[in-house]
Amino acid sequence: MRRPTRTEARNARAAAGFLLPFLALFLLCFITPIVYAVWQSLHKTERTGPLGLGGAEREVFAGFANYAQALADDRFLSGFGRVLLFGAVQIPLMIILATVLALLLESASARWVTFFRSAFFLPYGVPGVIASILWGFLYVPGISPLVKMADAVGWQVDFLSRDAVLWSIANIVTWQFTGYNMLVLIAQLKAVPQELYEAARIDGANARQVALHIKIPLIRPALVLTCVFSIIGTLQLFAEPMVLRPLASSIDSGYTPNLHAYSEAFVGNNQHLAAAEAVLLALVACVLSFGFLRLVGQRGKGDGR
Amino acid sequence: MTPSALRYRIITFALLTVAAVYFLVPVYWLVVSATKSSGDLFGSFGFWFANPRPVEYLTDVLTYDRGIYVRWFANSLLYAGVGALAATLLSAAAGYALAKFPFPGREAIFNVILAGVLIPGTALALPLYFLFSGFGMSNTYWSVLIPSVVSPFGVYLCRIYAAAAVPDSLLEAARIDGAGEGRIFAGLGLRLMTPALVTVFLFQFVHIWNNYFLPLVMLSDSGLYPIQLGLTSWTGYADRQPELYQYTVGGAFLSVLPLMILMTVLQRYWRTGLTEGSVKA
Repeated sequence: MRRPTRTEARNARAAAGFLLPFLALFLLCFITPIVYAVWQSLHKTERTGPLGLGGAEREVFAGFANYAQALADDRFLSGFGRVLLFGAVQIPLMIILATVLALLLESASARWVTFFRSAFFLPYGVPGVIASILWGFLYVPGISPLVKMADAVGWQVDFLSRDAVLWSIANIVTWQFTGYNMLVLIAQLKAVPQELYEAARIDGANARQVALHIKIPLIRPALVLTCVFSIIGTLQLFAEPMVLRPLASSIDSGYTPNLHAYSEAFVGNNQHLAAAEAVLLALVACVLSFGFLRLVGQRGKGDGR
Repeated sequence: MTPSALRYRIITFALLTVAAVYFLVPVYWLVVSATKSSGDLFGSFGFWFANPRPVEYLTDVLTYDRGIYVRWFANSLLYAGVGALAATLLSAAAGYALAKFPFPGREAIFNVILAGVLIPGTALALPLYFLFSGFGMSNTYWSVLIPSVVSPFGVYLCRIYAAAAVPDSLLEAARIDGAGEGRIFAGLGLRLMTPALVTVFLFQFVHIWNNYFLPLVMLSDSGLYPIQLGLTSWTGYADRQPELYQYTVGGAFLSVLPLMILMTVLQRYWRTGLTEGSVKA
């Protein structure tokens, strides 16, 4: 093996100096928690006293018992099912809405673009908790002006009923993140050379055709990015159901996987099971994100782009 | 203007207006409601004013419980401000190193950092809490600050920006002039990367400001709470103390002001950052 040249050695030294502070904290805040969670998820607490009561606590290896317990828990599984259903409906709706708004704002017919863009983006600056408090007031009968207005025209609505509450949460998430996704798409639209649109227009394409056949295929990378981030975000659903819980009786402590893991850790005092649930959550997020990336990646190759 | 162009313009305007109403109505409700007493909050029509006394009611929010709201606000500013600043510097140094110094294992390290973007933050928060409480470090400012300064997405943005905006020839010239690597980074690198750094700072500031789960699991002392956590603790007591509904609404109103101003003023930086992030992904 050849010895590194002086330049290479100097490069490696300098790079290490710049990288180490970040890497040390990355190790502490990303790698270690993952390793620790996996370790915890494979162990359980055992008491040394008679009948497993009293005495000292010690950690013993439990194999996949915590995973088996999590996966046998109907409430945990139905929480997963619920966020998957939520994502399957909310993500496409939000991305389509963001795409339509981005295309409208970037079209030649749009006026007051700055005002509209800021108005759509504004909710991104409202934290999930505040957004949920806000919409909570707009959902609760007795305070909500929306319910009052619906009542006045003889329309009975209950945003917090068992069947409706999941979609009331979906509305909060859509309200918050559509503008952000729209901005990502606009950024990509702006990066497309204008001559391309000119050429299409000279060829006689109308605005709708340019949008469908030129703009949407060109913003594919941004669409993929926003979808992946939305998938990760959906699996983490927590603040919205947590804040709406006192208002809607159908939201229980296992409403989403995250809520379930949180209550196992802090109410049920079962760290090991909570760790297993956190690991499962991260795994599902990775599988879904990578799966989605592969799916759209292959389709991209298949149709010759 | 041709009739069809006019028709497109009218349809576009109508659709954009409908969307604007949807996005602005809750904000409008918040502004109106922040001027109301508890009684009017429940007793009057939500989309219109009733005996507005904003200054008096917002003063009540700020002074309630010996000014705990002001403390929460300061905590939020500390977490988001200091956290985002440190995150920006760490990401800048790491991204610069990954862009400008070829060394063995560089791509492997970059890929591990990138994978960090795909890990849900809340899946990390619980094990982080167990870890920090093992060190006796939960329920401190550090327990929220330290995890907030690590931004894999920031490193990613800084790397692609540094690769494009910091020319190797300039670095070589500085080296020939005898400048040390640290000085070159501080004097040249950081300056050339400024637009990306503003973006990373903004992203991370909003991310920390909006983060609820991490402070929720880490903190038990309400004196350390950021605003979001403080406001939910108020809603938890509102059944027994109805005036807390009014304080929650007023507090929510005050808490969204700084971020909205910041975002409106700095919108163009957002868009540059988003282009960098998406186009090359």
